[in-house]
Amino acid sequence: MDYFLELFFGGLTRGSIYALIALGYTMVYGIIELINFAHGEIYMIGAFTALIVAGVCSLLGLNLISILILAIIISMFYSAAYGYTVEKIAYKPLRNAPRLSPLISAIGMSIFLQNYVLLAQTSDFVPFPSLIPEFEFMEPVAHIMGSSELVIIVVTAIAMVILSLFIKFTKIGKAMRATAQDRKMALLCGVNVDRVISVTFIIGSALAALGGVLIASHIGQINFYIGFIAGIKAFTAAVLGGIGSIPGAVLGGLVLGWTESFATGYVSSDYEDVFAFCLLVIILIFRPAGILGRTNTQKV
Amino acid sequence: MAEAILEVRELCKDFGGLRALDHVDLEIYPEQIVALIGPNGAGKTTFFNCVTGIYEPTEGDIFVLDRKGKKRRINGYKPNKVTELGLARTFQNIRLFPNMTVLENVMIGRHTRTKSWIFGALFRDRRTKEEEKETIEVSYEILKKMRLEKFVNELASNLPYGAQRRLEIARALASEPSLLLLDEPAAGMNPQETKELEGLIEQIRDQEKIAILLIEHDMKLVMNISDVVYVMEYGRLLAKGTPQEIKEDERVIKAYLGEDHDA
Amino acid sequence: MRKIIKSLQVSFWFMFLTFPIMVIRVDTIEKTVQWRWLNLLYVGLASFFLSFIWRFLIKKKEEGSKKEESGEQTITIVQKIISTPKYNRPIYSFIFLFMLAFPWIVSTYQTNIMISALIYVMLGLGLNIVVGIAGLLDLGYVAFYAVGAYAYALLNYHYHLGFWTVLPIGGLLAAIFGILLGIPVLRLRGDYLAIVTLGFGEIIRLILENWNEFSFGPSGIANIPRPGFFGMKLGVEEATIYIYYLMILMTIITIFVVNRLQNSRLGRAWLALREDEVACEAMGIDRMKTKLAAFALGATWAGFAGVIFAAKTTFINPASFTFLESAIILSIVVLGGMGSIVGVILAAFLMILLPEYLRAFSEYRMLLFGAAMVLVMVFRPQGLIPSVRRKYVYELKER
Repeated sequence: MDYFLELFFGGLTRGSIYALIALGYTMVYGIIELINFAHGEIYMIGAFTALIVAGVCSLLGLNLISILILAIIISMFYSAAYGYTVEKIAYKPLRNAPRLSPLISAIGMSIFLQNYVLLAQTSDFVPFPSLIPEFEFMEPVAHIMGSSELVIIVVTAIAMVILSLFIKFTKIGKAMRATAQDRKMALLCGVNVDRVISVTFIIGSALAALGGVLIASHIGQINFYIGFIAGIKAFTAAVLGGIGSIPGAVLGGLVLGWTESFATGYVSSDYEDVFAFCLLVIILIFRPAGILGRTNTQKV
Repeated sequence: MAEAILEVRELCKDFGGLRALDHVDLEIYPEQIVALIGPNGAGKTTFFNCVTGIYEPTEGDIFVLDRKGKKRRINGYKPNKVTELGLARTFQNIRLFPNMTVLENVMIGRHTRTKSWIFGALFRDRRTKEEEKETIEVSYEILKKMRLEKFVNELASNLPYGAQRRLEIARALASEPSLLLLDEPAAGMNPQETKELEGLIEQIRDQEKIAILLIEHDMKLVMNISDVVYVMEYGRLLAKGTPQEIKEDERVIKAYLGEDHDA
Repeated sequence: MRKIIKSLQVSFWFMFLTFPIMVIRVDTIEKTVQWRWLNLLYVGLASFFLSFIWRFLIKKKEEGSKKEESGEQTITIVQKIISTPKYNRPIYSFIFLFMLAFPWIVSTYQTNIMISALIYVMLGLGLNIVVGIAGLLDLGYVAFYAVGAYAYALLNYHYHLGFWTVLPIGGLLAAIFGILLGIPVLRLRGDYLAIVTLGFGEIIRLILENWNEFSFGPSGIANIPRPGFFGMKLGVEEATIYIYYLMILMTIITIFVVNRLQNSRLGRAWLALREDEVACEAMGIDRMKTKLAAFALGATWAGFAGVIFAAKTTFINPASFTFLESAIILSIVVLGGMGSIVGVILAAFLMILLPEYLRAFSEYRMLLFGAAMVLVMVFRPQGLIPSVRRKYVYELKER
C-alpha cells in the first residue's frame, strides 16, 4: 500500500509539472494553432536562470526560502521575456504563412536555444541546489511523499487556480477566450490579437519556468537538453487532455504522470517513455480529440 | 415510368437531441430536374450530406440505382462509395482544390472512372497512358462545355467567383454521374450569371441525360427549370409538386411569408 | 535617427534578456560565480546591427507580398529555368557529369560527406511524398530509416544476408511498418497525426535502445559489411566510391519515381487530399487507401536509405535515429518548398553540406543551423524553390 501511495504521489508530482508545461502548449495552440516546439526550451531556460539566481544569492548569504522565492520570480520573469521575444521573432512574421512554416521555425528556434545555453553555460549535467526545505511535519510520511513533492503539488494547484480565475474574469482573459474561438471575429470586435498572443506566450512561458524551477530542485540536476523530452511529454499531455482545453492540459498531465509512475514502478523502468507514447497512441485512436477535447464535425 | 434513380424513404437525422431531418421522402427519376427549397436551416444541406454519405442517417432508407441498374440501399456508405455509384455533388461554400489548376480539378473528378494505381504510376504501361490521355481529353471537353476552357492551366483560386461555381459543376460532371446534386449553385451570382446558369443546367440535363437535384433560394431559377419542387421546413417536408402547384400552395406561402399573410 | 533609437532599444532588450545566461556562470560544486561582462557587449553590438538588417528584410518581404497580391502567380527565373527543358537540360547534364566525376576529384572523406548528402536527398524526397505532396505531417519519419538500417544489420548478423538481398527487404519492411502505423493513425487530423508519428518514432528508438537481446541496445551493431561488388571484397576507398555511385543511381531512381508518382492519378489524389479532404471524398477518392499509399511509399524510401546508411557506416546504434534527424529531414522538405523535387534536392545539399563545411565554426554549427531554419522560414516561408503546377499541353485537339 505504501508503495502504491508512493507511486501515486510520485505520479502526481510528475503530472503537476507536465501540466504546468502543457498549459503553455495548449494555450498557444488554442490561439494560433501552432505546436510551439521551443516551449520545452523556455522551460529549460527557466531552470537555468533559477540555477544562476540561486548561485548568486547563496554567495550573498540569503536563506533558503528567500532564495527559492527569488529564483521562482526571476526565472518566471525571464522565461516570460524569452517566450515573448521568441514569438516576436520566429512566429509573428509567419502569421499568414503556410501551416508548416511556423512549425519548422519553432523547431529551428528550439535547436537554437538549446545550443545557445550549451555554449553560454555548459554541455554537462549541472547539480542543482535543493531549494525546497524539508518540513518537519512531513517526517512521518516521508517514505511516501517528500517535502518537495508536497510543495510542487501545492504550488501547481495554486497556479492553476490563479490562471483559471485570470482567464475567466479579467478583460484580457476574455479576449484570450474570444481569440481562441475565432481569431478573425475577435479582431473585428476590436480585440488586439497581437497583444493577446503576446500575453498567451508570456503566461505560458512563466508557468513553464515555474515547473522548471520546481522539478530541477526536486531532481537535483539539469542540462541544456532537459527541455526536449519534457517538452514532448508535456505536449503529449496537452494532446491527451484535448489540445486547446486548459482543464484538459491539467488532466492530461496528471494521467500521463500516473501512467509513467505506475508503469515504471510495477512493470519496468527501462520503457518509461514508451508507456507515455503508447498511452497517447491508444487514447488518440479511441478518442481522437483527446479526453476533454470536443469533436467538432466539420461543417460542409 | 422508369425506376427512381434516388429514392429516399422516411429519412431522419438527429444531431444530439435536435432532429434536423424528420421523415423526409423524396424520389428522382432519370432526366428530371428536382429542386429542394425552404428557409435557411430547414435541413436541405443536411439532406444532401446524408444522401452523399458525409453524415450517416439516424433512421430511414436511401436507395440508389447503381450503374448496372440495380437498386441499392446506401445508408452509411462512405462519400467516395456513393460517388462511385453515380452521385456527384457540389458544395454550398465552394470547395475546390485552390492550389491545383482548373484542369487538374476536373481530372480529380475522373478519379472514380479511372483505375491506375502505384504500379501504373511507376511503369506507365500502355493502359495507364491511354487512361491518362483519356482523362485529359474528357476533362478538357467538360471544361469546354462549361465555358471554362480559357482557364485550363490557371490555378483554381485565381478564377472569378462565377467561374469557380461552374468549375465545381464541371468537376462533379467529370465523374459521369447519373444524378448531379447542386447545393445553391446560384448563390452569390448576379441576375445575368444566374440566367446563364439556368441555361447551363438545362443543357447538362439534355446533353448528359442525367437527373439533377438542386438546393436553391433563387425562386425564379427554381420555377423556370424544375420538373418537381420539394419544400422543406423545420426538417420536415412541407409540400411537393410542380412549380405551378407550389406557387399556389397555401402552406408554402405561409412558410415563406409568415402566418398573418392571407392568401 | 528613429531607426537608431529603435535599434538601441532592441539591443538593450537583448542585453537584458541574455544577461543571466550569457554573463553569469555558476559553478555549483566549487560554489563560485564567474562574471563575463564582455559577452554582454558582444550581444549588444550584434543585436544593434542585426536589427537593422532584420527590419530591412521584413520591409522588403512586405513589399514583395504586396506585389504578389496584385499580380498573378509570380514565377521566378529559377522556377522558369527548371520548368523549361531548353534551359534545364544543359544544367542538369552538367550537374550529372560533375557528380559522376566527383569521387575522382576529391578525397574519400569528401566523397563520404557527399554520400551522406545523397542519403538525405533520398530521405527528403521520400518524406516529400508524405508531407509535401500528400500533406500528412509526419514527425517520426526517422523510424522507417531505423527499420531499414536495423533490418540490414540484424539480418546480416543472424542470417548473413547480403546487401543486395536486404535492400528490397528493408524497403518492404519499412513499407509494412508504414501501413501498420498508418491504419490506426491516419484518421487523425494534422497536428494529432504529427504528435503520434513523433511518438512512434521515439517508441522505435527507445525499443532499440532498451531491448538488448534484440538490438544490442545503445552500444549498437558494428562490423556491418559494405556491399560486395560481384563477390569481390573492396577496400575502404573503393567501397566508398562504389557506394557513392550506388547512391547516385538510387537518387536518380528516387527522382524518377517521385516525379512519376507526382504526375499520376495517385499523385493528383494526394495533392487534392492535401487541399481539401471533404471535397476529395465527395469526388470519389478513398481517403484511407490514398493516405496509406503515401505513407507506405514514403516509408519505403526511408527503408532503402536506412539499408544504405548501415552499409556505409558499417556501424549503427539508436543514437543515429533521434527526433533531430526527423526534424532535419522535415526541414529539408519545407525549406526546399513543399512538393518541389528540385527544391528538396537543393535543400538537402544545403542542410548537410553547409554544416560540414562550416566545421571551422564547429561549436556554433548547430546554433547557426537553428537560426538559419528560423530565418529561412521568416523570409521565405514558401521554401527555396516552390513547386509550380504542371501545365498540360494537349489543347485544341479537336475531335
